[in-house]
Amino acid sequence: MNDDRSHWLTRPATIRKLWWGFSVVLALTVAAQAFVYVKGYFGVDGWFGFGAGFGFLSCLAMVLVAKGLGFILKRNEDYYAAGDDDV
Amino acid sequence: MFDVLPPALIMVAGAVLIGIARGHWRSLLVLGTPLVALWAVWQVPDGVVATITFLDYPIEPLEGSPLRRLFATIFALMAFGGGLYAFRQAKWYELSAAFIYAAGAIGVSFAGDLITLFVYWELMALFSTVVVWCGGTPGARAAGIRYAIMHLLGGVILKVGIEGVVIHTGSIDVRPMLATNFDTWMILIGILINAAAPPVSAWLSDSYPESSPTGSVFLSAFTTKTAVLALILLFPGEPVLIGVGLFMVMYGIIYALLENDARRILAYSIVNQVGFMVCAIGIGTQMALNGAAAHAFAHILYKALLFMSAGAVIYRTGFSKCTDLGGLFRTMPITTICGIIGALAISGFPLTSGFTTKTMISQAAADESLVFVYFMLAAASAGVFLHAGIKFPWFVFFQKDSGLRPKDAPWNMAAAMVLLSALCLLLGIFPDLLYAYLPYPVEYVPYTAGKVLFYLQLLLFSGLAFFLLLPLMKRTLTISLDTDWLWRVLLYRTARAIYLAVAALGSAVQTRAGEILTALRAMGETYFGTTLSRAGVFTRAWSIGTTALWIAVLLTAYVLVYVV
Repeated sequence: MNDDRSHWLTRPATIRKLWWGFSVVLALTVAAQAFVYVKGYFGVDGWFGFGAGFGFLSCLAMVLVAKGLGFILKRNEDYYAAGDDDV
Repeated sequence: MFDVLPPALIMVAGAVLIGIARGHWRSLLVLGTPLVALWAVWQVPDGVVATITFLDYPIEPLEGSPLRRLFATIFALMAFGGGLYAFRQAKWYELSAAFIYAAGAIGVSFAGDLITLFVYWELMALFSTVVVWCGGTPGARAAGIRYAIMHLLGGVILKVGIEGVVIHTGSIDVRPMLATNFDTWMILIGILINAAAPPVSAWLSDSYPESSPTGSVFLSAFTTKTAVLALILLFPGEPVLIGVGLFMVMYGIIYALLENDARRILAYSIVNQVGFMVCAIGIGTQMALNGAAAHAFAHILYKALLFMSAGAVIYRTGFSKCTDLGGLFRTMPITTICGIIGALAISGFPLTSGFTTKTMISQAAADESLVFVYFMLAAASAGVFLHAGIKFPWFVFFQKDSGLRPKDAPWNMAAAMVLLSALCLLLGIFPDLLYAYLPYPVEYVPYTAGKVLFYLQLLLFSGLAFFLLLPLMKRTLTISLDTDWLWRVLLYRTARAIYLAVAALGSAVQTRAGEILTALRAMGETYFGTTLSRAGVFTRAWSIGTTALWIAVLLTAYVLVYVV
């Protein structure tokens, strides 16, 4: 169990390295647009880093909308089971 | 009568024989039947193969075309993949039901007329319900009943539309139409119910996650994609579908983000993915219809793969909620890797089948200058990565250490997952393998440097958003309300209130029966008298004057009413 707990993937040092690697990849995908032509069908989607910004912001929006709707829509797991046994 | 064997009948025969056979023979049937059916699918030539006259209608049970063969192929392939995944774990009756269910899907694929289509449609509804019931829990039983009601209702609506079209046009042919009158609207609504379109999308996420770990693999493949095929055949270019599709895309993402159950996340993402296809059918150009067909093909593979990896986890651990799972990558490496491949494919990562098919739909929107649709689909592509691409594998296989150390998937489950993973990658790396079989000529190049870069930015920054926003996505032990609240709660409570009111009235009448009878008897005596006396209001003798006065009053009233 013990050696399991400290699986190399879960060590803080590894996670730190993963974040670094991930950040570098992110930066590279944006920087690459200096050399690769991205065809914009509607103008704006050809802007530098548009995909990155659009992807990030739309995810942010969706998470926030989901979070907001969650306040209205979320119920306990046994919500439907609760009223089943009478009648 | 038939020059070629109808593939659907091969599946039905196989399903029946599975019930009779035992041991290795049964395994052989489970694995062999879909392959024979697959062979038969490719023997079906273009055009109507056979015509039978039934009630004066020319029934065309077998009509071939590239589109029809494409869908029948993936349905047969999926029956094989599902059979391989399930044959050592599932009950024989689940396999049998699943194969007849697949037969229904294949039958619809080749249905040349609306009557054949309807018969196979209902076959699917009946036997998919059995597959849901094979979950074996009280929850599965209840969900199966709700599922059956929804699909039988959808079938009735479809039938009403078909009858209308047959009577008003005199033709039972399966051919393109638009929703312009009552008949065609009924057909469209009947099909959309099976596609899990709003406002009844909830049937999908309600029923699929209740089935057995193996059952959900079959369920994920057939019903909604058959509806997609029916839409391509009957309603290409129907503008309503664009809006319906976009709604489904967003609905699936939002609900999946709120969900805690791993298979329910995947169920919501079916609605999301079918939304892409429905939207494409609404756009209706050759590029869009190619995209819808290709995406359906690719989607069946990676969605089944995802359900397989979730099923393997449930089979080994007994848990399906994200809050119970986590850290499984340590002991289930094959399941984890295959799950990740499925997740990347559904997100449309370059080199996976999702990229080479989904981007066709976006391209079709761009070609038609549908600005809003294009950007919604792009946002949705990011959202798919968010809710299915990362959320599913992260919460199931990584996240925290749940302390669970299950064995990896049994060999046949693993083999099925590896097979589907390989297909997901194959179609991603060599898209022409699929493009060659699409209904229209393909002039689309998925791998241009610009396109790949755009989607890499989109997806990777969605990944960044996921990890930055993790605190907002803490899993909770909750479910989310949906429109099915209307019938599961509101309708139930209304019915219950009426039941209680009637019951209360009944018991009141019963307990006070004596008093009520006495009162009625007294009333009767007042007005009609008793058998002995003639003293009742209506039975006593009145004087002539009073009678004349009453007659005058009544006549006046009559004249007044008549004149006015």
